[in-house]
Amino acid sequence: MLQEFIDSLIADGLFGGLPRDVAYLIGMLAAGALVVFGFVLNVAGITTFVERRVWARIQSRVGPNRVGPQGVLQWLADGLKLLMKEEAIPFAADARLFKLAPFIVTIGFITAFVAMPFSSALIVADLNLGILYITSMTSLVVVGIMVAGWASNNKWSLIGGIRAAAQIVSYEIPAALSIFTVILITGTLSMQSIIQQQSWLPWDWFIFHNPFTFIGFFVTFVALLAEGNRTPFDLPEAESELVAGFVTEYSGARYLFFFLVEWGNLYVISAILVTLFLGGWQVPMIPVITDSAFGLNLLQALTFVGKSYFGVILIMWIRATLPRIRVDQLMTTCWKYLLPISFANFMGTALWVLIWPDGFLPAELLMTALGFGLVGYFFYRVAYHLRRSGAQITLSPLS
Amino acid sequence: MFFQFGNVLVFVLLAAGLVGLMTGLSWLLRPHNPEPGKMSTYECGEPPTGGAWINFNIRFYLVALVFVIFDVEVAFIAPVAVVYREWVERGAGLWAFGEIAMFLVILFVGLIYVWAKGDLEWVKRVTSSDEDTQQMREAA
Repeated sequence: MLQEFIDSLIADGLFGGLPRDVAYLIGMLAAGALVVFGFVLNVAGITTFVERRVWARIQSRVGPNRVGPQGVLQWLADGLKLLMKEEAIPFAADARLFKLAPFIVTIGFITAFVAMPFSSALIVADLNLGILYITSMTSLVVVGIMVAGWASNNKWSLIGGIRAAAQIVSYEIPAALSIFTVILITGTLSMQSIIQQQSWLPWDWFIFHNPFTFIGFFVTFVALLAEGNRTPFDLPEAESELVAGFVTEYSGARYLFFFLVEWGNLYVISAILVTLFLGGWQVPMIPVITDSAFGLNLLQALTFVGKSYFGVILIMWIRATLPRIRVDQLMTTCWKYLLPISFANFMGTALWVLIWPDGFLPAELLMTALGFGLVGYFFYRVAYHLRRSGAQITLSPLS
Repeated sequence: MFFQFGNVLVFVLLAAGLVGLMTGLSWLLRPHNPEPGKMSTYECGEPPTGGAWINFNIRFYLVALVFVIFDVEVAFIAPVAVVYREWVERGAGLWAFGEIAMFLVILFVGLIYVWAKGDLEWVKRVTSSDEDTQQMREAA
């Protein structure tokens, strides 16, 4: 915990005779800068590169591989290029709001990382509001998107902006209801407490807690995808219909931030799912590594980021595979399918907690077997079709 | 508590500072040659007809209205969901379950009402009143 850490630094006399509040502020700024510059920006940037490579493999192309070894520095080159591009703010636009929009979007995205856990000790602040805080902060992004769409004074941008607003607010309800199914089980909103109530064993994860949370996981996943404007729900910036949606008029550094937030949000989406449903940073106790606090936290952080990044790659796969859905299908999916399903999930979980407050192990084991069986069956079918078509496919990303 | 939410404030400042810094840096680095064609609104290369601050589809407004109702209700569910486990452990679980069920049933009846009224349809059906207007138009 950051507060205890700063307290110990003060006790060591590192801050000299500074007042406690000033020492706290310096500590918070240092920790915040470390998280933002050391993790958030890098993960968003690297995700853009990884996504292009993953798509390239899926579409039998090579992808960017020129800047640095295997193209790993492509994202830095892209960022630098965008910074040096001339910026055109249309005369017709509302220039003040136009410039304000990237601020709102970035604030909504970066503040989510305050309560984002990395390991049992690595978290900026384990807010007691936890997951509620993260969902409310990330929905600040929609305000920025609407402002961007409106201020551009461009028809594509306007349509993109209001589509984004309608889509994100609609999908917030199934997302919130499905997130609350987990809250019914845990009885706390704090991200760390939610993870602490799970363990590294898959049947202790909340996705396998009961059939309702199992469905709730997929409802949350779909709803969060829609909130993050990802394919198949990328209607607000549908390239083939709206040019670039709400970012049509943006260029240069301001465009960079919309870009950053969209790709950074992939990590946020996966981290929320991993925290709520997939056991978070829980690791088995390996005596040699986890004896020291450092080794334990390193292993936990690697587990958490690894699981989250697996989710990110899953989202990339979905984007490379599925076509975009129509606006009316989007609304039907949300209001007529996801919402009733999440209502049923919520009531079902409430009933389950009423009957078995501490979980029902046979059901958990059965759900785990079912879940892993589904994944196994999927890969069996993939292998079967590959064998049957006689396709020559290498699965190495570097070939 | 002060410390924890102080962090939120620090992150807001950091995010705003980041955007300010990067746009400032870009202002120093980038060329700046505005000319009327470049600064005109993009409409696929054609000169734009009129502004974009115009009326848009009423469906978006209806979605926003339905959302407000449901989101307020979801906000009410949040505290109940947090204390539910506690109530179950105290032995008052059935009572809490009944209350949640009642609340959600009322909410669900609202959803069914909106659904039956056709306000969840994106493509609007022609209702009887619309037919009347059409007939009036044809007659006129």
